[in-house]
Amino acid sequence: MKKFLAMMLALCMVFALCAAGYADNVVKIGVFEPMSGDNGAGGKQEVLGMQYANAVCPEVEIDGEVYQVELVYADNASSNDKAPSAAQSLVSSGVSVVLGSYGSGVSIAAGDTFANAMVPAIGVTCTNPQVTSECDVYFRICFLDPFQGTVLAGFAKDSLGASKAYCLAKQGDDYSGGLCNYFIDAFGKENCVYEQFPEGTQDFSTYITNAQNQGCDVFFSPVSTEAAAQIIAKANTQALGMPILAGDTWDSNVILQAAKGTDLNINVTTFYQEGADAEFDAGIKEWIAGDSVNLANNGGNDELAAVTVMGYDAYFFALEALKAAGSVDPEAVLEAIPSVTYEGVTGSIALDSIGDAVRDSAFVKSCNTETGVWDFVTVAKAA
Amino acid sequence: MNFFKTALPYIISGISVGGQYALIAIGYTMVYGILRLINFAHGDVFMVAGLLMVYIAASFPLYVAIPAVIILTVLLGFTIERVAYRPLRSAPRMSVMISAIGVSYLLQNLALYITGGLNKNYPAIPWISDRITVFGLDTTRVTVITPFLTILLVVALVLLINYTKLGMAMRAVSKDFETSQLMGIKINSVISATFIIGTFLAAVGSMLYFTNYPGVVPTSGGMPGLKAFVAAVFGGIGSIPGAVIGAFIIGIAESLIKGLDTILIVNGAISEQIGLATFSDAFTFVLLIIILVFKPTGLFGEKQTDKV
Repeated sequence: MKKFLAMMLALCMVFALCAAGYADNVVKIGVFEPMSGDNGAGGKQEVLGMQYANAVCPEVEIDGEVYQVELVYADNASSNDKAPSAAQSLVSSGVSVVLGSYGSGVSIAAGDTFANAMVPAIGVTCTNPQVTSECDVYFRICFLDPFQGTVLAGFAKDSLGASKAYCLAKQGDDYSGGLCNYFIDAFGKENCVYEQFPEGTQDFSTYITNAQNQGCDVFFSPVSTEAAAQIIAKANTQALGMPILAGDTWDSNVILQAAKGTDLNINVTTFYQEGADAEFDAGIKEWIAGDSVNLANNGGNDELAAVTVMGYDAYFFALEALKAAGSVDPEAVLEAIPSVTYEGVTGSIALDSIGDAVRDSAFVKSCNTETGVWDFVTVAKAA
Repeated sequence: MNFFKTALPYIISGISVGGQYALIAIGYTMVYGILRLINFAHGDVFMVAGLLMVYIAASFPLYVAIPAVIILTVLLGFTIERVAYRPLRSAPRMSVMISAIGVSYLLQNLALYITGGLNKNYPAIPWISDRITVFGLDTTRVTVITPFLTILLVVALVLLINYTKLGMAMRAVSKDFETSQLMGIKINSVISATFIIGTFLAAVGSMLYFTNYPGVVPTSGGMPGLKAFVAAVFGGIGSIPGAVIGAFIIGIAESLIKGLDTILIVNGAISEQIGLATFSDAFTFVLLIIILVFKPTGLFGEKQTDKV
């Protein structure tokens, strides 16, 4: 009897996996994003933008026929080892184009899988150059780390008046490691202290102490939001005494919540400043607030993250690519993408020969620790 | 003197981390001492205690939440033993171990399902999370309290084991399972009591730990659990003072390694960074290997004698 029950249980689980349905004229767009792990919070916010775009525009006309757009999700779990299998699951489910991922490492890791299947992928906020330079089917609609690192280094020197920087990256993480290197190149190697923390670190107090002891005057740590929350907590209790600087990942309400009520000075570069398009802001906020799941995925409030807006633009960019291709065949879409241009909420998007977006400006924001919102600082242009 | 001044913040943070490892390590070592079972789910029980606090404190005041978390965590530990380990009491030891690994993954995945994989902010417990200044250093009160609370709990535990009837039963069961059963000891209740004490300490540990590092994710239990396990083996698994001393050594060493670059630069021993901080985790495990090579039973471990 026990054996029979165990057998039945196992069978039920197998069948549950096989349930899926198909409809006519559906075009599938793969969503390759982290829904768990270190970057889970950011990934979910990026997906929200795509879901909103899908709610706004659920249909697309390709070659005279109207197609329903279906988003197919795959969780890469913020992990470079799990990324290829997540990518493979998207390829197997027959998507025409893939969006994502948040986090450069997973995008680099999945590049080969997409290239082998000749399925085009559009990076939304992965800023490491290798994502597109090492992979022919990867494109991207955001700025790159060499640009972002230079902008941040310039901001640290000119606006914050820093002369010695402490740089902290996660070991084996392409995003934070890459961005730190570009920052150090621009800031001057001799004026930087560079350290890496191992995966799973929760105690950041020693790194804070290191920065204080070495007499640094800016703390640069473009790490995942999860580590960021710990760093902020420790920086507050240990009275860091210098501004904190980070890249686009920190543009998240996780940071705002962690920093609220502290006396820290936190500055980030990002893709979009809330308020640039009031009509769009109002629409998406209403949509997020109208559904408890969306609200939870956005971190419990309707504060808009730049990655959400980028996700929104990426969806429409993909639709443009599908229209240009005139087919749902991934290879046709792949050929069409390089010449696609699109006027998005975050600015106009056009791609260069490597497949990167031509972008020349980044927004700098600082965290208002009293009200818990972002204050606009400046628009930084490439030198 | 200058050396001491630069090293002090690392030592203080190390002692605090060590105290938290110690509270988890006791749970490992006690269960091993009695059942000869490495309870892999222990680190995850610690994580669940953190999550319980997040959810309970959201709707109840702290004076309700703290006891509630402790009671629920203890209940969880008790239930795990009852459901996943007790039916396997006469099975080969390997089966129980695999069952423990299963429970560990079950708890992690349940937490992943409930939290959606997102970082949950641990509620600030007033007073112990206040910022204070010790020897001219800014830190939180919990950092200072942790080692003292740990030592207090350990002393209480050692007294319990050495001077009470339950303690005597525990010692007897750990020496010989079957004989103590023949002598009229109810081994099932002794084992349950062991799990209750172990999870109680894990719940207290989780409050201290997450007050210090306020973010709970499903894998939060992983690293602290692993380090605490290393500490337990390091000190001689089965020995409570051993686990505590092992935990403090590992906490302090780890913290010092992370800061060694800076300490050396500030004191002029080296002029450039050599990147030692990267090796802090590697160091912990190398230390474990070295100890085990020279003293296979750990610092305070009893010599194993095979019964004939």
